[in-house]
Amino acid sequence: MAMTQTTAAPRRIYMDHAATARPLPEVVEAMVPYLSEEYGSPQSFHTQGSGPAHALKQAREQVGALIHAPATQITFTSGGIEANNLAVKGAALAAQRRGKHIVTTEVEHYAVHHSVKFLEKLGFETTFVGVDGYGRVDPQAVADAVRDDTVLVSVQLANQEVGTLQPVAEVARLVKAINKRIVVHADGTYAVGQIPVDVDALGVDLLSLTAHRFYGPKGAGALYARKGVRLTPLIHGGVQENGKRAGTENVPAIVGLGVAAERAAAEMEARMARVSGLRDRLERGLVERIENVQVNGHPTERLPGYLDISIEGIEGEGTLVRLDLDGIAVASGSACASMALKGSQVLHAIGVDEVLAQGSILITLGIDNTDADIDDALEEIPRVVETLRKMSPIYGKRKHYFR
Amino acid sequence: MQHTDYSAKVIDHFMNPRNMGELENANAVGTVGSPACGDMMDIYLEVEGDEIVDASFKTFGCTAAIANSSMMTEMVKGMSLADAENLKNRDIEEALDGLPPHKIHCSTLAADALHEAIKSYKERVASGAEEGEVAAS
Repeated sequence: MAMTQTTAAPRRIYMDHAATARPLPEVVEAMVPYLSEEYGSPQSFHTQGSGPAHALKQAREQVGALIHAPATQITFTSGGIEANNLAVKGAALAAQRRGKHIVTTEVEHYAVHHSVKFLEKLGFETTFVGVDGYGRVDPQAVADAVRDDTVLVSVQLANQEVGTLQPVAEVARLVKAINKRIVVHADGTYAVGQIPVDVDALGVDLLSLTAHRFYGPKGAGALYARKGVRLTPLIHGGVQENGKRAGTENVPAIVGLGVAAERAAAEMEARMARVSGLRDRLERGLVERIENVQVNGHPTERLPGYLDISIEGIEGEGTLVRLDLDGIAVASGSACASMALKGSQVLHAIGVDEVLAQGSILITLGIDNTDADIDDALEEIPRVVETLRKMSPIYGKRKHYFR
Repeated sequence: MQHTDYSAKVIDHFMNPRNMGELENANAVGTVGSPACGDMMDIYLEVEGDEIVDASFKTFGCTAAIANSSMMTEMVKGMSLADAENLKNRDIEEALDGLPPHKIHCSTLAADALHEAIKSYKERVASGAEEGEVAAS
């Protein structure tokens, strides 16, 4: 066999911030003491407990400040999924004597969707409200779905897959005008830390968030619960988190969440401007360089780093793997790219042509991306698309329906 | 290193597909799959007498689907029709050093396309349509 020249591994470019993001150095630094010398339990009365107890208090204030909520109304959880489970199941179960009807949307994350499906097994009924071609729910349609026995309305702040921002404030206003006792929950796990969030301006009762999407660690999230909103705990066995969530707190991760929240609040506008600037340049460049593509999600009401793009004639998993081998990490909504081998429910709900949906890639930028990353992506992505289209028996042969 | 659990052979065939494109002298073709489900393959065979002398493909699909298509076309070149009819998706999968468990269904695409092409070829030959052309070559 002939000698082949070995080339250095390509530079890694991370463009999958919707999956998770790299923790900030100051986040990691702040966590380290709580993995070693500050190992005490915050619930202990002795000296070892006091440092961690103080750290929890500070983190609660930092998280509260990020969403303009009092620290006392923040409950720490193991992450966004648990926060959403506690919100949906906890609020519905606590209110079940008043009614067993829930209103939500067709494009919620599975943390909400599957929680609601679980509640249906316990006798709850759900109305799933559809969305428009941009993935946006009509607040009036949500209000129209409210019944006398509705106890919970759950609408995400931003969609996990196309980044579309939902009109949550308007939803809350309309729902509360019908019945003040209906609990309004917003899944903020993709939005908090990316865009300004104020629980009073939104008028929501419950708001979920997670640390690792805004440069904090995995394993920490939080649920904001407005004073007076009743929640049935899901995890029993201790008095932690005011009895809402038993279990010795994951102090290192919560400390990291606090620091990440503080940095997000301080840098919010600068981050948004930079990340959306990079995204806009990538979007324009890809649309110019690749024929027959469609950008999914709302053109303007969208999370800053989000670019979901459907590319005709190719399949997303293959695109993802080729880009990965070139050093670029992205995600895909194609059936083959999911372990469950199911196509994207979100793309289906917004009416993306089903063949086109198979060729969807989700690029999510973050604060660690650079102009050079965009340059490289603008070179590599069209090249990969061209190669795969040459292999495709359907490209250019079948009619697809672009918006 | 990549996270996808594909073997080096799968990645090689995906990145450097063999026999990709339409085949000018094809006299047996097959199409299987559905784009809406995420994979579809066109196979082109050139058959002389009882032997597959050339093969090529075009595939819309994931890494595994494209690698399987490429490997299959390599395997069937020079193969008798009878042997090709007996080629199983398992054989292609083994030639690629295996597939991740949730991708094994992708290997059926290439074998199905092959069998489809041979079946339609035999039907045409039986009806007399292809006899002259095959004998002349």
